[in-house]
Amino acid sequence: MRPVVKFLEDELIERIISEARDILCKLGVEIHNKDILSMLRDYGAKVEPNKYHVFLTEDIIDRALKTAPGSFNLYDVLGYETHNFSGFNVYFTPGSTALNILDYETEKIRRPTTTDYINYTKVVSRLENIASQSTAFIPADVTEKISDSYRLYLSLLYCEKPVVTGSFTIQAFNIMKDLQLVVRGTKEELAKKPLTIFSCCPTSPLKWSDVTSQNVLDCALYSIPVEYISMPLSGFMAPVTLVGTLVQHTAETLSGLVISQLTNPGTPVLYGGSPAIFDVRYETTPTGAVETQMIDCAYNEIGKYLGLPTQAYISLSDSKQFDAQAGLESSMGATLAALAGINNISGPGMLDFESCQSLEKLVLDNEICGTTLRLIKGIEPREDFPSLPRFKELLKEKHLLISEHTLRYLREEHYFPGAVIDRANRARWLEEGGLTLCERAHREIKRVIKEYKPSKLPDEIKGELTRLMEDEARRYGMDSLPSRL
Amino acid sequence: MDILKQIAENLRQGNDKKVLELTKQAIKQKIPSKEILDNGLIAGMNVIGEKFKAHEIFLPDVLLAARAMYAGMDELKPILIKERVPTIGKVVIGTVQGDLHDIGKNLVGIMLKGAGFEVIDLGNDVSPERFIEVAKKENARVIGMSALLTTTMLGMKKVIDLLNKQSLSGEIKTIIGGAPVSEEFAREIGADAYGYDSTSAVECVKKLIKIS
Repeated sequence: MRPVVKFLEDELIERIISEARDILCKLGVEIHNKDILSMLRDYGAKVEPNKYHVFLTEDIIDRALKTAPGSFNLYDVLGYETHNFSGFNVYFTPGSTALNILDYETEKIRRPTTTDYINYTKVVSRLENIASQSTAFIPADVTEKISDSYRLYLSLLYCEKPVVTGSFTIQAFNIMKDLQLVVRGTKEELAKKPLTIFSCCPTSPLKWSDVTSQNVLDCALYSIPVEYISMPLSGFMAPVTLVGTLVQHTAETLSGLVISQLTNPGTPVLYGGSPAIFDVRYETTPTGAVETQMIDCAYNEIGKYLGLPTQAYISLSDSKQFDAQAGLESSMGATLAALAGINNISGPGMLDFESCQSLEKLVLDNEICGTTLRLIKGIEPREDFPSLPRFKELLKEKHLLISEHTLRYLREEHYFPGAVIDRANRARWLEEGGLTLCERAHREIKRVIKEYKPSKLPDEIKGELTRLMEDEARRYGMDSLPSRL
Repeated sequence: MDILKQIAENLRQGNDKKVLELTKQAIKQKIPSKEILDNGLIAGMNVIGEKFKAHEIFLPDVLLAARAMYAGMDELKPILIKERVPTIGKVVIGTVQGDLHDIGKNLVGIMLKGAGFEVIDLGNDVSPERFIEVAKKENARVIGMSALLTTTMLGMKKVIDLLNKQSLSGEIKTIIGGAPVSEEFAREIGADAYGYDSTSAVECVKKLIKIS
């Protein structure tokens, strides 16, 4: 039996959805995008001229819910299937778009460079419990006008895994879409085999900016999957109660669903988010708070109830350092998320309110992910009955270390964490250097970077990606891209 | 591939049937028994030990290799005895008096045998006198003692004291292991070595009798 955690009764889910629909129809939503407002008007929504305010209708919401796919797949740069977002399938992806990285040597944050990003892609390519890349942080050695597309470019060049990403401007979508078309060949092939997911964020309460709503629309036109990242803050920009926050999250996410599904019915979407409680002592938005994680799991239940695959920023921490709090919060989030069956779990590597990535933490989080993936496999009998023969064998042989049964099921039943997790006895731990967690994680990073094997994406495609990216850089005043040596 | 290399390779894979068959062939080809032992069986086991230490393989893989080693050894042993090839050493092992926990000690026994030692396992609840009596009789070079309880681990000191009393401590070395004991405890009671797990026990025994 796959273990599952649930927070909401069906009756409560139905009430939350009905309240959210009511809000969308009676209070409406702000969308700062004339094309989208005009499209919604054509479908019968009441639009308040000059106010970017639109009142949705029950019919529009039903229409969107009807066409949104209940599942979809992702494929790596080589075209192999890596994800099947459906049911209670669970995949992990690193937390995305940090401004800083935590430097191992200085233990201080700093702005990342191209070299940092390349090292990150090399590490992610080897982490077996992290199914996709994300454009995890923003290299600061290119103009910010291309910093979104440049991350995607480096990711596609160095790592084969699909990419969770997003664009910072309307214009950047073009190059980010073109880079994907180079990898896939044609628009049709890209639609058939999605390579990326774009995170698109409404602004709480109940608003879509021109950029983010246009991103939803543009992705829909190319059938590029979108994850909606609604971010209500309980007690500040959302009701203080978890249920009240869920009503707002549902309304904001449904409004995003309407934009994509009316633009191109059937566009793949993830019912996602990054809500948080608001800590009124520090004026911060803790992602590691248990209530934040409960809201995440609960909206995932709502998404599932609506028949949609889900996403959440949940397996991450607000600690500033690679410390016990980082492990505690990330581990609790990952465990809850996996038990709740959130399909795309974002967060590994992330610290400090989604603002700082740490490669050391990413390597540890990979083990947290492995542990939770084992957890959700649950407990199943595996040739355990009748028990008598096995116990006869045990009593006769005095151990079962090389029993056929052990050899057959050892690696399925027991998860073996990598070298980051210390399970040696004290004497052996000392003999092997007595390393701290952070030292072990850093040693792992050095090892996997050394063992990195280049992506098997054909050289001519890599060349074409570079040509496109160089053109884009020149357009924004950079003569050349940073050295990748 | 030469037959001894094949023995080592099949031993690494835990293929006991093949190791037995190849050992028989090697004997038939009149390869000196010591060469079969050193360059076939023990060579294969050495690689296994290294791989296990580097976390490349797990304990069951080591034990499968050890089983393959025994398969070859059983065939070779009568010849080794006949040709008076000395074994690399005899080790007497047991759980100390008052203690019935023998899982760790058994594992050490398997690993020692795998490394080519002749192992005399006295089982559990072994009195100090018996350890020494058997070690003397068998001409063993090492006594390995195990304990799981803080109450019984003091029995290890009794064995060492008795060895000293009989002026045997130079000839018969001691190694201790088990959850409650430590390097410091080994020093305190005058044991010659402390093995923190079965692999480290084998390494220690090799060092004690200076074969590595």
